[in-house]
Order: sequence, then structure tokens, then C-alpha cells
Amino acid sequence: MVPVSHVLALSVILFGLGAAGFIVRRNIITIFMCIELMLNAVNLAFIAFSRYLGDPDGQIFVFFVIVVAAAEAAMGLAIIIAVQRNRQTLSIDDLDSMKL
Amino acid sequence: MITVQASDFIRILPQEILSAFAILVMVFEPFLPSSRKVVLGWFSLLGVVAAGAAAVRTSYSLGPAFNASIAADPFSIYFIALFLLVAALCLLGSFNYLQRDNINHGEFYALILMGTVGMCFMAASTELIMIFLGLEISSLSTYVLAGFKRHDGLSNEASLKYFLLGSFATAFFLYGIAFVYGLTGTTNLMTLSERLSRTGTGGTPLLWVAIVLMFIGLGFKVSTAPFHVWTPDVYQGAPAPVTAFLSVGPKAAAFAVILRIFLGAFHAVGSVSFQMLWLSAILTMVVGNLAALWQSNVKRLLAYSAIAHAGYVLVGIAAGSAEGVSAVLFYLTVYALMNVGAFILIAPIAGTGERALRVEDYTGLGYTRPGVAACLTVFMLSLGGIPTTAGFLGKFYLFRAAIHAHLIGLVIVAVLTSVVSVYYYLRLVVVMYMREGQPQATSEPLPLALRVALATSVIGIFVLGLFPLLLKKKGEAEASPRHTKLAQVR
Repeated sequence: MVPVSHVLALSVILFGLGAAGFIVRRNIITIFMCIELMLNAVNLAFIAFSRYLGDPDGQIFVFFVIVVAAAEAAMGLAIIIAVQRNRQTLSIDDLDSMKL
Repeated sequence: MITVQASDFIRILPQEILSAFAILVMVFEPFLPSSRKVVLGWFSLLGVVAAGAAAVRTSYSLGPAFNASIAADPFSIYFIALFLLVAALCLLGSFNYLQRDNINHGEFYALILMGTVGMCFMAASTELIMIFLGLEISSLSTYVLAGFKRHDGLSNEASLKYFLLGSFATAFFLYGIAFVYGLTGTTNLMTLSERLSRTGTGGTPLLWVAIVLMFIGLGFKVSTAPFHVWTPDVYQGAPAPVTAFLSVGPKAAAFAVILRIFLGAFHAVGSVSFQMLWLSAILTMVVGNLAALWQSNVKRLLAYSAIAHAGYVLVGIAAGSAEGVSAVLFYLTVYALMNVGAFILIAPIAGTGERALRVEDYTGLGYTRPGVAACLTVFMLSLGGIPTTAGFLGKFYLFRAAIHAHLIGLVIVAVLTSVVSVYYYLRLVVVMYMREGQPQATSEPLPLALRVALATSVIGIFVLGLFPLLLKKKGEAEASPRHTKLAQVR
């Protein structure tokens, strides 16, 4: 049996990777995938806590998060397509038309 | 065992009605010709009014609903009424705008209604997962609204930035929830509050991490420094009526959540929340007000002003007393009136495609369009906190609550920065009245719906500025005693 601390450590690492990738990466799709990685790190934490506490609620929360993540993906990809059509770019560095 | 009763459905009646109207708008949308889409707008407005009536009905059967995951209490009813007011004003301000800028699609109205549903759930939920769902319902609607000018590059950019940073922030908020769940075994705010106070004050370092994570997530939504970077770009790029909605709705909803979580559930670990709020308030006021000084675009200027105003509200929250909460509730209503008013007025001045947005474009507006300039002056004076307007009293109550909580340093910063803010608000007034020149702004007369919305805001600002007790008394009743414990712990 894997102790809860190991699973949580993995979750923290995944979340950290996602957050770091969000800041470092320049491609919009990759940035979006980093957000998904963060959400899945949260899911992992929920499941780990759920098993540690012997309480099924945590696993139910994961379903909520998955549904929301799916809705977010649909919305996000639609927005990215709109940007790609108008700007012909997927690099976040090119989206700076509102700087002073 | 979970049981659902009929009373549960009455306690979320406003949200149900708004959802039903939003769905009906989407159903009718394809059957209406493009020239008649405004019918859907009036239909949505009817929905908002019906939801208002439902909120009155709900206020007669208060109590917890759906296994204590939702609370119909005076606090939530107050916020629901505020969101409905904001939605109604934004709808009235958008009818003409959508036709003029050729984005006349019925989905706009449905999205405004759905966004409002999400905010109502945020304010009414007493369960962290429900709050998260409400947050996402309102966020997903507003992401799309920000990019509603589909063929406009700026609007796309605003939508994308809002979406990426918003989702990023939501992930932090959710991670905070996961840790709270792991540490306490519950996500219900009532149970949480009990368990935390039973284990003694202070909390563990891991709980502090959870609190900070949740605050980062909510801080993005209310645009407190240093999580405000998205605000100017999104407010500038989004269509003006949407900016009006964004700058008030989700912000007030996130403040409702902050009040419920940090002053309600986490009062046992008050010291951490307090230090965080204190620091964030100072940073937000300084950054918002100083950055606004250099702006030449009116929408950006108001975006930085919106950041600064979030800082003032945080001062009231940091006070942590019932007086502070009541001041925050009063201020959010005042802020809604003046900010929505200013943004929906900018739309007709800027003209088709929102071209005239620079401060210089307002030169001489006071002579060519006296009515418009007078309204804008009222909003600017109120935002700047000049006496006889509601903005002054709002700030006064916030700062007084902070002084009573012995936060002298915070109040000094707040007063100094709000003096600075008068400069950039009055700059616009000076340009309108004291500069010679032909304004770039368009001269078409304001449509009736917009006039109604503006009149409501202006009258509201003066009524609340002269007779604040009409609303303040209500606010005091709503600041229920469980919010007062932060001060005692500290």
C-alpha cells in the first residue's frame, strides 16, 4: 500500500510543473495543457485524501472537477480558434496589442 | 441520507428562474431574424425582474437548502439583489451597443443571465465545491462575453487572457479546497468552522498554505495586486457593456465568497487571513491608483480604478468586524452603481467600434453633449469619493470600520491613495469642461434603454449619498454575528 504522503508529493510536483509550465511556455495550447495538468494534480490530491480519510466525498468531487475541466476545454479551444483565425498566431508573445 | 424537500427549491428560486430564462433565450434565438434580437434582450430583462420577485419570495422562507450546501440567508439575498441590479443595468446598456457594433446575437443575453446565476450561487453557497461550481458557471459565461466581438482582435485577446489567467487562478482555488478537505475531512463551511475552532486557534502550516492558495484564486477574481495583471487588458479589450458586467459582478461575488470563507469559516485561523488581507489591501491600493495616473485610454484608466477600489473593499474586510462587513456590503452596491454607469456611458461616447477611447477624445464634451458629460462627471466624482455622492460615504464607512479595528496604518495609506485618485478622475472632468476643442466623440442621441440605466445609476448615487441609512440599516442586519469573530481572535 502506497502511503498518502507519496501520492500527495506526486500531486504537489504535478501542480508545480503545471504552474511553472504556465509561466514559462509560450505556445497557447501548451499553456492550456499546463492548466489541465494542474487540475489533474488537484484530482489526485482529492483521491489521496479521500482514501486517507476513508470518506467517499473526495472521489465525488473529482467527478465535478472533471466535468468543469471538460467544459473549460470546450470553451478554451473555441477561444483559441477565434484567436488563431484573427491573428494567425498561437504564440502568447504576439498577443500584446494592448500594452502601453 | 440526503433528502430533498420542496422548500429547498424555493430557497434557490431566483437562480432557477434565471436559468429557465437563459435556456428559453437560447431556444428562441434561432427563430428570430437578426433585426428582432433585441426582443430577447427585453425578455431577459423580464427574467431578471422575475428573479427579483422570486428573491423577495425566498426572503420569506430563509434557511439552509440541499443538505446545507446552500444557505438562503439575508447575506445571500442582499448579494442576489445586487447581481440582479447589475445584470439589469448591463442589459439596458447593451441593447443599442450590440446592434451598432454588429454583434447582435441572442446568446449575449443568455450568457449574461447564466453568469448571474453563477454569481448568485457563489454568494449563496456554504459548501466549497458548490462555491467552485458557481465560480466556474460565472467565469465560463464571462470568458465568452469578453470575446463576444468574434472578429475583433482586441476582444479575442481579452477573452484569451481572461480565460487563461482565470483558469490558472481557479486551479489554485481548487487546490486550496483539496487541502482543506484533506485536513478537516469536510468542505461544508459550517462544519469546517466548528472543527477548526475545536482544534484551537492558529492552525497548522498546511492549513495556512490552503488558505493562501484559496486567497490567490479569489484574489484573481477580485483583481487584487499582485494578481491584477489581467485586469487592464481584459477591461480594455472586452465590449464596454461586458466590461461593466465584469468589473462589478464577478468581483462582488468573489468578495461575498471571501467574506464567507475568511471571516466566517476560517475565523479560528484569523491571524493568517488578516496579514494576507492587510498586505494585499495596501499593495492593491498603491498599485491601482499609481498606475491609473499614467493611463491615456479611458477604459484602462477605469480598469486601474477598479483595481484600486478592490483595495478599499479589502480594507473593510481586514477590519474583520460586523461594522466592516456592513460597510463592505454598502460599498459594493455603491461601486456597482458608479462603475456600471461609467462603463455603459463610455460605449456610446466611443462610437462604433469603440474608437474614441483616449482621454483627449473627450475634449469639449461638456459643451457639445452637456447631458452625457454631466452624467460622466457624477460617476467620476463618486468614484473619486467627493462628498454628497455615495462614493464618499462608502469610503467613509469602510475607513471608519478600519479605524475602529485599530488599523491606522492601513487607513492612512487608503486616504492618501484615494487623494491621489482624485487627480485622474478629475482629469477627465477637466478635459470635458475646460479645454477648447471639437470632441472626437460621436453625437448620436442616447437610446431610451441606456437613458433609463444611467438615470437609475445617477439617482442611486445621490440617494445613497444623501440618505445612506436606507441601505446601511439593511447592510447592518446582514452582517451576521458569526462574521465578527475575526476581530476577537486577533
